[in-house]
Amino acid sequence: MIKRPKPERFRLRRTMMFMNAQRPGLIKDAYIYGSDSIMLDLEDAVAENQKDAARFSLYHALTTIDYGSTEVIVRINGLDTPHWQEDIRVCVAGGADGIRIAKCESADNVKTIDAALTEAEKEFGVEVGRTLIIAALESPKGILNAYEICCASERLFGVAISGGDFRRCMQTKFDPSGIDMLAARGQMLLAARAAGIQCFDTVFTDLDDDEGFEAELRQIKAMGFDGKSIINPKQIRPVHELLAPTQKEVQQAEAMVNAFREAAAAGIGVFTVNGKMVDVAHIPGAERTLKLAKACGMYEGDLV
Amino acid sequence: MKNAVGRDIPDFLLENGKEVYQGKNYMDGKYMQKVGPRTRRYETPQESKLVDTIADALRQCGAKDGMTFSFHHHLRDGDFVVNMVMKAAIDELGLKDLTIAASSLGSAHDPIADYIEQGKVIGIQTSGIRGRMGQVVSEGKLKTPAIIRSHGGRPRAIEAGEVHIDIAFVGASTSDCVGNSRGIGGKSNCGALGYAMTDAKYADHVVVITDCLVDFPNMPASIEAIDVDAVVVVDSIGNPKKIASAAARISQNPRELMMAEDVVKVIASTPYFKDGFSFQTGAGGPSLAANLFLEKYIDERGIKMGWAIGGITRPMVELLKKGKVGKVIDVQDFDLDAVNSINQTPNHFEMSASQYANPANKGAFVNKLDFVVLAALEIDTGFNVNVLTGSDGVLRGAPGGHPDTAAGSKVCVIVTPLVRGRMATVCEHVVTVTTPGDCVDVLVTDYGIAVNPLRPDLIECLDKAGIPHVTIESLKEKAYSIVGRPDDVQFEDKVVAILEARDGTILDVVRQIKPFTL
Repeated sequence: MIKRPKPERFRLRRTMMFMNAQRPGLIKDAYIYGSDSIMLDLEDAVAENQKDAARFSLYHALTTIDYGSTEVIVRINGLDTPHWQEDIRVCVAGGADGIRIAKCESADNVKTIDAALTEAEKEFGVEVGRTLIIAALESPKGILNAYEICCASERLFGVAISGGDFRRCMQTKFDPSGIDMLAARGQMLLAARAAGIQCFDTVFTDLDDDEGFEAELRQIKAMGFDGKSIINPKQIRPVHELLAPTQKEVQQAEAMVNAFREAAAAGIGVFTVNGKMVDVAHIPGAERTLKLAKACGMYEGDLV
Repeated sequence: MKNAVGRDIPDFLLENGKEVYQGKNYMDGKYMQKVGPRTRRYETPQESKLVDTIADALRQCGAKDGMTFSFHHHLRDGDFVVNMVMKAAIDELGLKDLTIAASSLGSAHDPIADYIEQGKVIGIQTSGIRGRMGQVVSEGKLKTPAIIRSHGGRPRAIEAGEVHIDIAFVGASTSDCVGNSRGIGGKSNCGALGYAMTDAKYADHVVVITDCLVDFPNMPASIEAIDVDAVVVVDSIGNPKKIASAAARISQNPRELMMAEDVVKVIASTPYFKDGFSFQTGAGGPSLAANLFLEKYIDERGIKMGWAIGGITRPMVELLKKGKVGKVIDVQDFDLDAVNSINQTPNHFEMSASQYANPANKGAFVNKLDFVVLAALEIDTGFNVNVLTGSDGVLRGAPGGHPDTAAGSKVCVIVTPLVRGRMATVCEHVVTVTTPGDCVDVLVTDYGIAVNPLRPDLIECLDKAGIPHVTIESLKEKAYSIVGRPDDVQFEDKVVAILEARDGTILDVVRQIKPFTL
C-alpha cells in the first residue's frame, strides 16, 4: 500500500487537473503530465448509480498508485447528497492529500466537513488534521460568504471558483473579456488573501480556443490567482508558462533576497536594489517569485 | 555462436561465409560482388507485351517448381497481387516448392498460409510477416526458415545474389503496353514504387500487373519497360481504401502528444538541429505528432529542414508545400496526400529502396540522415529493439527501415509508451533483436526519457537543455512495477526465422513457439 507523505498546506498549485475517479485509464498514471495537483472527481463526472463503483476505483488507485510529488485531491459529492460522508471515509482511508468541497456556501459547510474528516481520521488511524480542504464557491451566496469560508478551518488551503454553476446562478454566460466573473473573482481573491490562503480560478472548457485560454490566463495572473483548474493535459503547459515569472522578475527577486540577507546581517532595514527601494515587506513576494521560478525550471539557486 | 547483441546463433546457419552480427558498420570498406540477372532479349520490334492472364505470363517466363517470385508491398494491406500470382502458379500451373521474396507481407496475404501448410510455398523472404502467415511460420510449418531483412538489407541481398529472383511481379497503378509503370494515375494509386526498383533490375523476368492500362509512353516511369517481359491487365490490383489511408489525423491523445513534444525537445537540444537538417519519421501516433511540434521549433529557431525521407505522410507534404523542408525523397507513400504529391509537388522525388537504405551501396540516404524517430514493440536495457515478434513469440511485425535508419542516422529516437495494456515495452531482454542497441540513441516514453550510455554527447545536450532523463533500467523497473515481471516466452529448438542485420550478418533467430501450458 502506498503511503503518501503528509500533505503540505501551502505548496505550488498552478494546475489542478480534473478527472473522473471511475476511469482507470485516466487515473492510473495521471501524474506523468506534470500538473501540480490532480483532482479525482466523485461528483459530477460520476453517474448517480455509479458512486459506489467510483469509490472502489478511487480507493484502489490511492492505495496502489504512486503519484509521487503530484498532489492528489478528491472532489466529493455535495452536502445536500447522501454520498458525502462515505466519500470522506474513502478519501481518508485511501490517504488522499485533500478533498474539495463542492458548492460550498458557508463556514458551517467547511466545519461540517472538517468534523467528518476528523472522525474519519480517527476511525482509520490517520493523523488528525492530515487531510486538507479546498472549498469550491459556485453560487452568489458562496461568493458573498467567501471571507468566513476562507477562515473556517486550519485544513483549508484555498478556495476555487466554479464558473459553470456560478454563471448559471448569475444568469450570464462565458464572456471572453472576463466581465461575467470579474466581481466574483475579485471578491474571492480579496477574501482568500485576507485569510492568507490560496485562490484558484475555474476551468476553461473550449480546448480548441488557445487564444481565449491564454487571454484568460493573462487576466487571472494579473489579478493574482495562484492557479487554475484544468480539464486536459494539453492545458498544463500554457498555464505553467504564463503563470511563470519573467526572466527579469526572477533576476530582480534574486537580487532583492540577496541584498536583504546581506543588509539584515549588517543591521540595515531599508536599502535599494537596481534603483528600487526594498524593505522586509518585499521579501516574501520575492521569495515566492523565486519558488515559482524554481518550479518552472527558471531558477537553480539555493535562496529558496 | 554468440553475436554482438548476445544472441546465440546456431552454427548450422553459419555456412558459406555467413557471419553473426559483429556490431555496427562491421562490413565497411569490404568489397562485394554484384550479380547480374539472366534476361531474355527482345530484338524483334513488338507492339505490345500484353498477355491475357497471370498464368500466361508465368508460362512465358518459364515458371517452374522451386522458383523464387518477388513482390513489393506498396499496395500494403490492400494488395491483391501476391495472392493472385500464387493462386495462378499453384492452383493453375500446379507449381510447388516456391519461395516468396517480398519487400513486406501483411494480413492481406492470409491465404498464403494455406500454401505454406500444403508445402507448396517452402520459403519466405520478407521484411514484414503478420496475420495467419506469421502464425503458421511460427508454428514451424514453413519448410525452410523464413529470412527477415530490413528494407535496406533486402536490396543488398538481391544485389549480392543472396536471393536470386526468378520472376519479379510488379503491381502497378498504371502501365503502358510495354511495361513502363507508375504508382499514380490509375484507380489503385500507391505513389512511389521504390521497393520494386531493385527487383526489376535484378530479376531474370519481370511481369507488370496493372488495373489501369495507359497510352505509351507512361512517363516518368518508376519501372522501365527495358526490364519488363510481360504486362497483365487485371480487374483490380488492390483495395484502394487499404492501399493508402485517408490522411491520418494528428493524434489528440495527450499521452502521444506529450511524448511527441519530448521527442522534438530532444532533437532540438542537439547540435544537428540546424538549418538544413534531415529527418525521417514513421506513421505511428507519436511519430506523426512529432511533425507538428517540429514545425513549431523550426519556426522558433528560424531554420528549415533540408530534406526528409522515408515513408511519407501528409504532415511532411504540408511542410514541403509551406517551404519548411527543402526536398522530400520518398520510397513509399502512406496516405493519399503523399500519393497525390509525389512527382507533382516540386521537390518531392521518388527513390529506390537501395538508394534509400542499402548499406552496401555508395550513397544510401539513411547514411546521411541526422534524425530518425521510430517506434518499438519492445526495447530492452541494452537499447535493443524488437519490432517483429509479439509478447507471445509469434511473428507479427516488420523491421522495415527501422534498423537501416537507426544505424545510419546521427540521432535515433525511439518513442513508445512504457507499457501497452499488461505488457512492459521497456524490458530486460527483447524477445527478438531487430535493431541492435548500438544503433539506438534515445528512448522517449510517457514516464521519462533515457539516453544510451554509448552517447555521452547526447546526455550532455539534454543536460544543457534542462531536459530530465533517467536510466533505461529505472524505466524497466517502473514498467515491471506497474504490470509485473513476465516469465520468458517458451520456444521449441527449431529455428523458424532468421533475422538478418542490414549488413547481412545474423542478428537473431526466431524459434518455433511452444504451445502454452500452465
